[in-house]
Amino acid sequence: MTLTPQASPAPEQEEAPRTPADGQWHHVMRTVTSGNALVGVLAVVLAVLVGSILILATDAQVRETAGFLTARPGDFLAASRDAIGGAYGALFRGSIYNTRAADFQTGIRPLTETLKFAGPLIAAGLGVGLAFRTGMFNIGGRGQMLLAGGAAGWVGINLDAPRLVQLPVAVLAGMLAAALWAGLAGVLKARTGAHEVIVTIMLNYVAFYLLFYALSSQSILQAPGTVNPKSLPMDQNAVLPKVLGDRFNLHAGFLLALVAVAAVWWLLNRSALGYRFRAVGENPHAARTAGIDVGRTYVVAMLIAGGLVGLAGVNQVLGTVPSGVSTDLDAGIGFDAITVALLGRSNPLGILGAGLLFGAFKAGGFAMQASEGIPVDIVLVIQSLIVLFIAAPPLVRALFRLPTQEAK
Amino acid sequence: MQLALRDITKRFGALVANDHISLTVEPGEIHCLLGENGAGKSTLMNVLYGLYQADEGQILLDGEPRHFSGPGDAMAAGIGMVHQHFMLIPVFTVAENVMLGHEATRLGGTLDLDAARARVREISDRFGFHLDPDARVEDLPVGVQQRVEIVKALSRDAEVLVFDEPTAVLTPQETDELMAIMRQLRDAGTAIVFITHKLREVREVADRITVIRLGKVVGEAEPTASNAELAALMVGRAVELTVAKQPARTGDDALVVSGLTVTDAGGQVHLDDVDFTIRAGEVLAVAGVQGNGQTELTEALVGLQQHVRGSIRLDGHELVGRSVRDVLDSGVGFIPEDRQIDGLVGAFSIAENLMLDRSTDAPFVRRGAVQRDALEAFARDRLTEYDVRAPGIHTPVANLSGGNQQKVVVARELSRDLRLLVAAQPTRGVDVGSIEFIHKQLIATRDAGIPVLVVSTELDEVVALADRIMVLYRGRVVGIVPADTPRDVLGLMMTGERPSGVSA
Repeated sequence: MTLTPQASPAPEQEEAPRTPADGQWHHVMRTVTSGNALVGVLAVVLAVLVGSILILATDAQVRETAGFLTARPGDFLAASRDAIGGAYGALFRGSIYNTRAADFQTGIRPLTETLKFAGPLIAAGLGVGLAFRTGMFNIGGRGQMLLAGGAAGWVGINLDAPRLVQLPVAVLAGMLAAALWAGLAGVLKARTGAHEVIVTIMLNYVAFYLLFYALSSQSILQAPGTVNPKSLPMDQNAVLPKVLGDRFNLHAGFLLALVAVAAVWWLLNRSALGYRFRAVGENPHAARTAGIDVGRTYVVAMLIAGGLVGLAGVNQVLGTVPSGVSTDLDAGIGFDAITVALLGRSNPLGILGAGLLFGAFKAGGFAMQASEGIPVDIVLVIQSLIVLFIAAPPLVRALFRLPTQEAK
Repeated sequence: MQLALRDITKRFGALVANDHISLTVEPGEIHCLLGENGAGKSTLMNVLYGLYQADEGQILLDGEPRHFSGPGDAMAAGIGMVHQHFMLIPVFTVAENVMLGHEATRLGGTLDLDAARARVREISDRFGFHLDPDARVEDLPVGVQQRVEIVKALSRDAEVLVFDEPTAVLTPQETDELMAIMRQLRDAGTAIVFITHKLREVREVADRITVIRLGKVVGEAEPTASNAELAALMVGRAVELTVAKQPARTGDDALVVSGLTVTDAGGQVHLDDVDFTIRAGEVLAVAGVQGNGQTELTEALVGLQQHVRGSIRLDGHELVGRSVRDVLDSGVGFIPEDRQIDGLVGAFSIAENLMLDRSTDAPFVRRGAVQRDALEAFARDRLTEYDVRAPGIHTPVANLSGGNQQKVVVARELSRDLRLLVAAQPTRGVDVGSIEFIHKQLIATRDAGIPVLVVSTELDEVVALADRIMVLYRGRVVGIVPADTPRDVLGLMMTGERPSGVSA
């Protein structure tokens, strides 16, 4: 309620546009998740531009030359060019192809690193995106990944079985644990109306301390004879195989993520279940009136979303860091996944692209710091700015003088 | 202060919401603006309050033309509005709410709450409101919250007060108290505009009555006018809708509703012990002013209401207590009253919307996958058959006009094997051509031997379609009468009076 109703209320005639929304929140979420592709690309461009300014501001050479800008502007411009060129050059060398490498194999290594980092981002992004499409905000990626890691890790350490059994069982155990964890939020929403945002955030803490407890208990996950909250390394039979041989870190987790992209694409665009997900996400009232069980749809969507996020956790524990389960196994991916899903507009192919971009940022960020001395935080700032610009389509449109989109 | 509106015209696209409306409100007078929902009353008041700009016409205060570019201007000019949905901040106290927007401050920028308290006390003492300035608004009953709204307007020296459907949220006792307050304000010299569609209230407090219908002033009446005269003005008889139809060839009782009672989560009764029967091949039309239980009735029939007692038997099978899915599967077609909220998914294509209530099995789904070829062929056929004007079957329905959207809903519901059709406001917000088409489809459904329940607040539509008419008032059946019952009798029944010779 506001004192003066500034926004014109819809006139009482039926022709006037009306939004079938559950109030403001639903509307905001739809705006954020259904912006058009151009805005996403422009948001990235803008973020890179603002990032450039930050790089200039933090570069010692640029600051020095700026001191005598009026006397020798050429120096300032040259220093600026060097700083920005160096920074983004390093980002490229760190994420796609190292042009300074001696041979092709070394040169292409950064790209494989990008793919390695992209794998869990894509999987978790799919999990968040699928929930978005069903009209839910899954902030619980972290907790879901932690439990997935814990469950997959337990199987990966303790199940004594041949590779063909142990690896699949470990993967499925992780996905199942995360699915149930997310499904819990779905059940609470369907049964009691508890808002999934609050529930999933709180379940993150519960999951964190559950895993911490498990990792601190000798009888559960803690490595025998130690006091640190860390498990034993994975059994060799449970580790995701390297895809390109031992010279590269890229493991089969990325392939699983690609399979997940295809599966989610089919689910959303071709299956009856996905049709109901989208119907409930777009207009739960119409879905209910058409006989769709909205509550059950929420639960099923959260189960699948959790499974996908769980795949990201499995990816970490059995692939990227097989040296043992720890409470930081999620590496911030659970939250980055929200950004990936937003940038990918909750569309599987878009999420694939966004996941690759963020994987490149991760791989390249370290190179920027190592070779140019640019704080890795700049990359984080750029990532954050992308989200900020995506969340504010009118800002992007205004900056690029795009025609404003008429409300549907 | 005298308020005069001269030839106010307001258009939304092709729709004329206010068509040269003129209105004069004298100080010390309660002027009732009477009309059905959608007649244009709220639009007119939003123009007055500066929320909309009129396309044509003038607002005069004491004969002087004024221009309001926002509510702030209107308030400064002495116009106050008590909105149907209160514009209060629930966690603030009464005094804080009243001062909001024109906060008095002391030196240093601190709020002068004492002044606001004194103002609240002064005004509420003057009218006997008994308001505690320090009570939190959210703790107050709805009727008292409304008084806070009134005090808020008065504290800004409003000389014209607009009450927009003020009784919609009030209990009968609170309504009576509000009436007393309005009389008091009038006697103190305030000009009052009272917007409502409830005849009883109008007759009780109005000094003058202006009736609006479809955006136009259709008449003025004295408060001494009879209910029947007012009802006739309100529902009008300007547009004659005729539907060519043969006499109904009715079969056995198909839908038997008995003792149907619907309450909401708060225990409020919306439908009270309703009994009726529809025979196969018959249209029963439900007439009544909106909000008298029609929504609850149709929703209860398809299983959308939670708290339902009584019995709904379709061809001998009980429907109460079954899920929406079950009800639809047992052959009930449902055209919901608000197609954009309950009937369609705006972002979905026409084709996708056509399978909305058949998303689990044949013909559109096999082994979990949507059968796109079958769906597209079906959609193309329906587009032609139902004359949906759209670029193609993949057009999002949000881009269609109201009439074409409604045709998509009708096409979807009539394409199933039906044993009952429930159509709520089937032609609301629909162009004349589509109205005719939809009416023909409803009658064709009847002629195929299917019982049809039509709910409409348009008396013309009720009379055109009905074989029998059931009138609802405050959740009760006033009576079930033949389709050729005179309109003034129907109008009277819509106000809850049962004419002699009509049995329930």
